[in-house]
Formats: sequence, C-alpha cells, structure tokens
Amino acid sequence: MLEVSGLEKTYPTGDHALRGVSFTVEGRDAVFVIGPSGAGKSTLLRCVNRLVEPDRGVVRLDGLDVTALDTRALRAARRRMGMIFQEFNLVERLTVMENVLSGRLGYVGLWPAWRRRFPPDDVEAAYRTLARVGLEGFENKRADELSGGQRQRVGIARALVQRPQILLVDEPTSSLDPRTSETVMALITGLAAEDGIPALVNIHDVPLARAFARRIIGLAAGRIVFDGPPAMLDEPALEKIYGARLHEANA
Amino acid sequence: MGDTAVGARVWRRYSPAQTAARWSAELALAVVTALMLWHVGVRWEYLADAPAQVGDLLGRMLPPEWAFAGSLLHPLAQTINIATLGTAGAIVLSLPIAFFAALNTTPGRVAYALARVVIVVSRSVDTLIWALVFIIVVGPGSLAGTLAVAMRSIGFLAKLFAEGIEEIDRGQVEAVTATGASRLATLLYGIVPQVKPVFLGVSIYRWDINIRESTVLGLVGAGGIGFTLNDAILGLEWARVGLIILVVLAVVLLSEAVSALARRRVT
Amino acid sequence: MARAWQRPSPWPHPWMGPAAWTLGLAFLAWNVVSLDVDPARVARGLGRLGTVLARAVPPDFSRTGLIASGVIESIEIATLSTVLGVLLGIPVAVLAARNVVALPVYAGGRGVVTLGRTLHELILAIIIVKAVGFGPLAGVLTLTVGAVASFAKLLAEQIETIDRGPIEAIRATGASRGAVLIYGVLPQVLPRIIGLSIYQWDVHLRHSTIIGIVGAGGIGATLYNAFARYDYDFALAILIIIVAIVLVGEGVSAAARAKVQ
Ligand SMILES: Nc1ncnc2c1ncn2[C@@H]1O[C@H](COP(=O)(O)OP(=O)(O)O)[C@@H](O)[C@H]1O
Ligand SMILES: [Mg+2]
Repeated sequence: MLEVSGLEKTYPTGDHALRGVSFTVEGRDAVFVIGPSGAGKSTLLRCVNRLVEPDRGVVRLDGLDVTALDTRALRAARRRMGMIFQEFNLVERLTVMENVLSGRLGYVGLWPAWRRRFPPDDVEAAYRTLARVGLEGFENKRADELSGGQRQRVGIARALVQRPQILLVDEPTSSLDPRTSETVMALITGLAAEDGIPALVNIHDVPLARAFARRIIGLAAGRIVFDGPPAMLDEPALEKIYGARLHEANA
Repeated sequence: MGDTAVGARVWRRYSPAQTAARWSAELALAVVTALMLWHVGVRWEYLADAPAQVGDLLGRMLPPEWAFAGSLLHPLAQTINIATLGTAGAIVLSLPIAFFAALNTTPGRVAYALARVVIVVSRSVDTLIWALVFIIVVGPGSLAGTLAVAMRSIGFLAKLFAEGIEEIDRGQVEAVTATGASRLATLLYGIVPQVKPVFLGVSIYRWDINIRESTVLGLVGAGGIGFTLNDAILGLEWARVGLIILVVLAVVLLSEAVSALARRRVT
Repeated sequence: MARAWQRPSPWPHPWMGPAAWTLGLAFLAWNVVSLDVDPARVARGLGRLGTVLARAVPPDFSRTGLIASGVIESIEIATLSTVLGVLLGIPVAVLAARNVVALPVYAGGRGVVTLGRTLHELILAIIIVKAVGFGPLAGVLTLTVGAVASFAKLLAEQIETIDRGPIEAIRATGASRGAVLIYGVLPQVLPRIIGLSIYQWDVHLRHSTIIGIVGAGGIGATLYNAFARYDYDFALAILIIIVAIVLVGEGVSAAARAKVQ
C-alpha cells in the first residue's frame, strides 16, 4: 500500500510543481495519473522514491515512512520500487542482459558488479523476465541496437527483476508510436497484475488511460482535481484538469 | 543455454575466448608497464624522500621574495613581447602556407606537398628545441625566442587555418563568382567572411599557448622571465624562484582568461 | 535621393571596433619597440650561418647507441606517465565534474586541474628533479602531474555531457553510488577514456623530447648535450629522429583512436 499525504515541491528555479498532493493506492490495481504537461506528474512520481526530494509531506510504502529514511535505508526502500521511464533510460552501450541485471545492483557487491558476476538466481530471474516481456534471445544485443518498443521492454524487465512491491511508471509510451504504445501499456498492466503489485502510471494520453484504468487521478498545476473511475471522467472533469480552451482545441 | 545442476542458466558478459583476450591485453599492459618501470630504474629511497624534498623546497620558496618583484617587470615584458611578436610573425607567414595546404585552394600538387612538409616539421619540433637552433643562428636573447615561437606556431596555425579553409561553403563562393566579381573580390566577399572567425579564434588561442611557452624559453637562453628563473635557481635563491613561479602562474592564468574572452568575442 | 548604407558594427557601440583595433596595434607596436635585440650579436651569428650549416650537414647517425637509448627512454617516459596519469586522472576528473559532485568539491577539483595545467612542464621538471634527482624517473613524474590535470579536465568535460537518464534509472533501483558509477557513468565515458589516453600518450611523446633539457631524461638530454658540444651534425640527426618519432607517434595514436571509435 502506498500512502502519499501533503506532498509539496518547489524547485530551486521557483517552479511550484506540487501544492499538497494526497492519495492512497491500495490493493493491486494500476492507478493512472493524467494531466497536462507541467502539471507535476513526473515530480510526483520522483518524490515517491525521492529521486526528487519533496519539501513537505509524507510517503509511506507498506507503512514505512520513505521520507524519513537516511541514504542507506532509502536505497533499500528503492529496491522495493521498480521505475519505468518515458525515455527508457537504458545504458545504451551495455547489453540487454547488463541493463536488466542492473535491477539487481542493490543486492550485489561492487566487485561482482564490476566483473559482471551476478548470483545464479539473479541471472535466472533476468532470463525469465526477458522471456516475460517477449525478448527471449535478446540478452547479448546492445541496448542501442533495439527499437523503441524493444527498449521499453528492457526497461520493464529491469524494473520487474527487482521484484518490487510497486511500479512507478512515468509516461511509458510517450516516445512510442500508437500501436506499440498499446502493446507496451498492456504488457505493463498485465505483468503487474500477474505479480500482484500495484502500479502508479503517469500518462498524458486520456483514451489510453481510459482503456486500461480502473482509477484515474487528475493533476493540474500541482493539485489533485479529479480522483475516480474512468466512467466519471466526463467533460466538466476533463475541463478541470486540462482547462477549457485547451480541451476544446484537442476535441 | 545449458542448464546447470541447480537449473539456473549461466550468463557471461564475455565468451571464454573474449575473457582470455581481455585478460591477456590487461596483463600485457601491466607487464610492459612493469618492465618499463624496472628499466627506468626507480630508486625507491629517492622517491620515498621526494615529499620531504618538495616540502623543504616549498618551505624555502615561501614566503616569496616580494622585494624582487620590481626586477621582474622587464623580463615579464620580454616574455609577452616574445609570445606576441612570435605569434604575429607566425600568422603572417602561415596565411599563404594555409592556402597552399588546403585542398580547395591549393595551386598545385607541389605547393600542397611543400606546405604540408613545412607544417609537419614545424609542429613536431618543440618551441624549446627551435630556441636551441635559433640561438646558434642569432645568439642568445629575445630574438631567438621570438623566432622559435614563430617557427613552432607556423605549423599549428597553418594546419588549423587550412582546416578552416577546407570547411568553407562552396556555394557562397560560387554565388560571388557568379556576379562577375574578380578573384580578389571573390576572396574578400566569398572566402574571408567565412574563415575570419576561425582564423581570429585560432590565432588568439595560439597566443595564449605561446605566453605559456615563452615563460620557459629563458631556461635555454632565449629570453624572457625564464632567464631570471634560471639565474635564481643557479644562485639557489629559492624565495626568488617562488616569486617567479607565482608571477608565471598569474600571467598564464590571466592570458588564458583574456584569450577565452577575446575568442568569445570573435565567434 | 540615393540612400547611404553602412555595414552595421558587430560591437555594442560603433566606436568599440576601431578602439579595439587601435588598442591591438598599439600593443603590437609596444612589443616591437621593447623587444631587446643586440644587432651586433645577430650579425655575427648570421655571418657564421654558413659554417654552422656546413658542420651540420650531412647529419651524423653513427652514434646509434646514444640515439637508441634516448629514444627508448622517451617512449618509456611517455608510456609510464600516461598510465599513471590516467589512473590518477580518472578520480580527479570525477571530482572536477559539476554534475557528479557537490559544489565545494567541484571547486577544489577544478582548481587542481587548472593549476596543474598552468605551469610549463619544464618548470615542474626543475622542481621534481630537485626532489628525486636527475634521470627519467623525474621525467615520468613531471609528465604525470601534467597528465593528471589535462586528462582530468578533458574527461570531466565529457562526464558533464553524459545522459542523466540512465543514471537516474540505476539510482532508482536502489544501487549504491559505486554501482551507479560502474553501470551508469563508466559505460558512457569509457570510449572517451581510451581515446584520451592514446591522445595523451602522443602529447607526452612530444614533451618527452624537451624535459631532458633540465635533466629529466629522454632524447632531449642527448640533443641538449649535442648542442652544448657544438656537435651540429649529431644534433641534426637527433632532430630528424625527433620529427620521425613524433610523426610515428601521431600516426599510431590516430590509427588507434580511429579503431576505438
Ligand atoms: N528539475 C527541475 N528543475 C526545475 N523545475 C522543474 C524540474 N523538473 C520539473 N520542473 C518544473 O516543475 C513543473 C512540473 O513538472 P513535471 O513534474 O515534469 O510535470 P509533468 O511530468 O506533469 O509534465 C514544471 O513547471 C516544470 O517546469
Ligand atoms: Mg513528465
């Protein structure tokens, strides 16, 4: 269970990205966060695993106060959260297997990491995860040889091989074409459900969110302005999230 | 992928052959380094003593002999003179060489080859060695230093100038030629505007390198503050050496800053 | 009525262009006026030019033993100082990269890098010869100091341009700082490290030809002695050898770097 309460963040540049965000993710469902560009979606996600340090507020993962942890404990907590990125963020010059195994870096010492000697269980898990994301036999390809969709599958495998308790997913399909977007989104939600873990998914594509979500959170200018099932996401709700004019321009 | 006894698959970043190749390359580098270290002859007792020696030397250099600062003005001016005039002379001489050494402006094969030879010889011999040569010809002093700086800089400047010329856009030159302009006019309107920023930038950059080079020319007798430094070292006047090194540091840093500023202005 | 047109000045104020030119020309004129030249000495030297040339040509390559040991020493100095400089330069580069370390550490790292590059190798060599005695070891240490600084500067610039994304991703897995360096940073800069090392070696080969002047070993010492003993034919031979090794070094370096990229 993920509990976020009273989260606030102002960047040194003065951008007030989050203005008091509270919500809870219970059970195993994927929760989709929608909102215009600049609404604070990425900041919110990064505050959960403290890649961005929130100014105020509390994040609890299964009762553990993530915001109170010191560096060491924070690293341990991050191992329990898998993150998937819009730009994939693979290490381009490393092989697919090295990229996937980097999801286990929190568990191996520096020397074995340097020599690429991961425990047999980790290697086996990496092979299985690669098969689950449909990349069987790709382990020795270099990440920069892959297509966008394939790269995102490696990104998903890297997150899953952590055996996380939650997935944090930041616009996973924004760099992909529409068809691949749907497959990748189906893959993420499907695998999360298989593993019985919830996911917090940022997305700006409203139809895609509607197609996959049970619950949608609408973020606008750093505040939650909508929280409910897709069926409740009607015209007035969308106007609240995206602003009247922008929404009409899109329609 | 063969399963092992426990059923876990094995993954290796490198195949055994690749691993062997990597290890042998690393080993070869280590062995060569060790052999060279052995051949160079490290006298460990000297090395162990080095920090103490450097500490002792620093102790003698500091505080620097500030009173000597007045006597440094003239050698310092000489250093700047040598660097500046050497650079200026090299710019003038390297312009024709650059046009000969650029594939798109060279008048012919022979001129191209000659220009390339001049560039190569000029660049491979250090300023200090050129200074040794010119001291034989014109005697010790600032002139030898200036000629040495110029000689070393010709190759550097001509090479980079030529690269700048080779990168010009043919289209712009063609457009000027198409108006019926003379060769000189084509040069002025079609080529010069394109290469001017590169030429200015490279020249200023070389000037600042030459300031640094000129600080040591005096150590072989070719003028400038290095001459005073040599005297101080021979006379074991370490507090003076300390002051000279501080002044050299300041001048080099200052010229670097000026050069960086001026280059930003021209590009 | 015909209109006049003037090229707009690239300077913020129109008077600044001519002012800059005037200042530059005045500076040049000062340099010409204040350069100390002894015309009598120059004339004497030029008068002897014929004799010097006659004694220098043909070059004397007969003392192969001396030349070979000088060349080998230069190569050893260049190689050893490159290896040491790269090993020590990598951590310094990390400390001098703005995007990896905190501001005070960066300021310190940057300071070390700048100072190390400011002093000419020859001045460093003088100090180091005092500390460890004459010989190639002093040369190795001298060039190592320079190498650490210039290698670290170039590498730090490379580290500053790396892609933050993969680093963020690896941090998000809960990896330690060291693991982030090994998996996120190193793969992005490794090709550059190799390329820069080869380039450094080439630069050091050039420098190893001069530090002998102050007793720090290498072919420069042989050359300096030849000049001092008016052995001009031997000196010319060494000069030709120096041009040759520098050219070969440059060729090897260019070929190796092309292969890495
Ligand atoms: N690293 C940063 N530094 C300064 N401002 C930032 C940074 N990241 C995001 N912001 C600002 O914070 C606000 C929210 O951005 P973000 O969380 O990226 O929104 P979204 O992901 O919804 O597009 C924007 O105004 C953005 O400009
Ligand atoms: Mg975003």
